[in-house]
Amino acid sequence: MKLNIIIPIKQVPETSNVKMDKETGTMIRDGVVSVINPLDLYAIEAGIQLKEQFGGKVTVCTMGPQTATKALKEAIAMGCDEGILISDRKFAGADTWATSYTLSEAIKHIGDYDLVLAGERATDGDTGQVGPGIAAWLNIPLATYVSKIDEITTESITVERLVEDGYQVLQMPLPALLTVVKEISNPRLPTLRGKKKARVSEVPVMSAADLQLEESYIGLKGSPTKVVKIGYPKVTRGGQVVKAAGEEGVNEAVEELIRFLEAKELI
Amino acid sequence: MSYVWTIAEQSKGKLREVSFELLSRGRKLADKMDTKLCSVLLGSNVSDETLQELIYRGADEVYFIDDPQLENFIVETHSNVLSDLIKTYHPHSILAAATSSGRTLMPYVAIQVSTGLTADCTELDIEEGTNHLLQTRPAIGGNIMATIKTPSHNPQMATVRPKSSRPLPLDTSREGKIIRLVLKDELVDHRVKMVGFRKDVEEFVNIEEAEVVIAGGKGMKKQENFALLRDLAKHFDGVLGASRDAVDRGWLPYPHQIGLSGKTISPKLYICAGISGSIQHLAGIKTSEYIVAINQDQDANIFQLADFGIVGNLFEVIPKINARLEAYKKEAK
Ligand SMILES: Cc1cc2nc3c(=O)[nH]c(=O)nc-3n(C[C@H](O)[C@H](O)[C@H](O)COP(=O)(O)OP(=O)(O)OC[C@H]3O[C@@H](n4cnc5c(N)ncnc54)[C@H](O)[C@@H]3O)c2cc1C
Ligand SMILES: Nc1ncnc2c1ncn2[C@@H]1O[C@H](COP(=O)(O)O)[C@@H](O)[C@H]1O
Repeated sequence: MKLNIIIPIKQVPETSNVKMDKETGTMIRDGVVSVINPLDLYAIEAGIQLKEQFGGKVTVCTMGPQTATKALKEAIAMGCDEGILISDRKFAGADTWATSYTLSEAIKHIGDYDLVLAGERATDGDTGQVGPGIAAWLNIPLATYVSKIDEITTESITVERLVEDGYQVLQMPLPALLTVVKEISNPRLPTLRGKKKARVSEVPVMSAADLQLEESYIGLKGSPTKVVKIGYPKVTRGGQVVKAAGEEGVNEAVEELIRFLEAKELI
Repeated sequence: MSYVWTIAEQSKGKLREVSFELLSRGRKLADKMDTKLCSVLLGSNVSDETLQELIYRGADEVYFIDDPQLENFIVETHSNVLSDLIKTYHPHSILAAATSSGRTLMPYVAIQVSTGLTADCTELDIEEGTNHLLQTRPAIGGNIMATIKTPSHNPQMATVRPKSSRPLPLDTSREGKIIRLVLKDELVDHRVKMVGFRKDVEEFVNIEEAEVVIAGGKGMKKQENFALLRDLAKHFDGVLGASRDAVDRGWLPYPHQIGLSGKTISPKLYICAGISGSIQHLAGIKTSEYIVAINQDQDANIFQLADFGIVGNLFEVIPKINARLEAYKKEAK
């Protein structure tokens, strides 16, 4: 049995080195570079491991600008076989509805797949809606928040999904779409060989015309939701900070805390 | 005028608290438009008395589809049913909870009925004149607040986080209608089956719905020291959370992780010790009502977000807090 896996990934601004501006309380975004959505790395790793176990191939795809080729190459460097860039000016401003339509059509176009693996959510848009949306468009079984793949046979896949009070065990036929959480895998680093392969690999580009997309379904025009206002809230709260040095200091700080909790009716 | 709907959630015949939180948000919207508020429940074996509480908490009507095949959440079937209801009744807007099921169901339904969906809204309002739902949500780790609307599609749909609003007080004088509907066979999708449920984590807790969360980070030094936090949690009936560094060290399992790659929480009170307050961690706690932080480094980022901070050694401070709360409880009695 071979598994062909398609993984939609997103390129997002890297946030791990981002600092907060202590004056304004906002994020300092200067010189922020783009990376693969960190939560998509778990999907990529899970996909590569399945390929290693069963054979088949892993295709990563992303809808984004030309520069998103970098994310696809990074995924290839980790061990994915192919990257496909879905890129067109007409895609700009797509919300999760239009994005999942576009990606589902791209996945149909790639074709011959057994499994689609998506990240739980992207760290910029932060909705987690695109994975379920793609499954709905493709009308294939969906499991979200998958933390473990228990078994795959020619007929079905059995997975565990993390819910509020435990893990639900679901069984469904292939092809299916899973969105995965961190518990599913421990992402590897790119190897030297992988990087070499990524450098020479061609990344084909698919446009709206290539995919014969319904124009009224894509980009800003095809998006049911519209952003009408953007605000920058202060992140800082300017709360009270007390020092607890020495036994006296600790006692006083604890008394202050009790007064705070009382005042806010928390005790 | 079409109605405002909320999606109630049940587990083993009991309503989950978030069902009432959604009604308090929905009530405001329905009143503003002078229309009715309906709660929709898909489930099994829920008594009339239980359903009645939805009315006492703000609903004018309750649609209940009672069938054993709806007992467990299977997205394909649940969304077929909800989409069918939408096509029959044409609601103005639908609010659902940002839970593992709500976050799966709603994006699926959004595709099926061709409409927009806004995730994790912190504020909801109705635009004067147009009656558009104004949906405000944090984006990019809470660094931006975006207001979104769905001007030309219906229903207008949003998810909101559990605990981000309070239920209305129980008003037993409220009257409303309970409408029981039958599950249509053709809406049941037989492809996906639930074959088991695992609850093997010793302290499986739902940190997203907890009123009080007590978290520890790398500064806790080792697993055994979480006993200090466990004691603290007892005073508040709280549950334990952790930073990624603590989870990566195996001190608490992943479902306890708070932040960008873990859970986003909105408790009434968040207390953390030995957590520096990285951007990724803060992304998960910004919507907490009160934040208390204990850290020995006065420049730690966490103090920027704290309502009350203690600069000190947690191993000296927390035992004192525990002793003091113990005494406090006795005084109160
Ligand atoms: C893509 C990505 C996703 C991430 N997702 C998450 C996430 O979901 N959640 C998350 O938490 N992190 C996440 N991180 C990691 C994050 O960047 C930080 O590394 C992490 O939050 C730090 O954890 P910490 O605060 O426990 O440890 P540290 O940063 O090491 O902080 C420990 C703190 O303990 C204090 N301390 C030490 N001893 C004592 C003592 N005796 N008394 C009092 N204070 C003491 C220190 O002063 C220090 O401030 C993510 C990172 C990346 C790149
Ligand atoms: N533009 C995109 N291109 C490819 N995959 C995407 C894109 N946007 C979102 N995804 C996938 O959908 C998941 C959820 O994203 P989101 O719904 O935006 O939070 C991501 O983790 C990706 O797997």
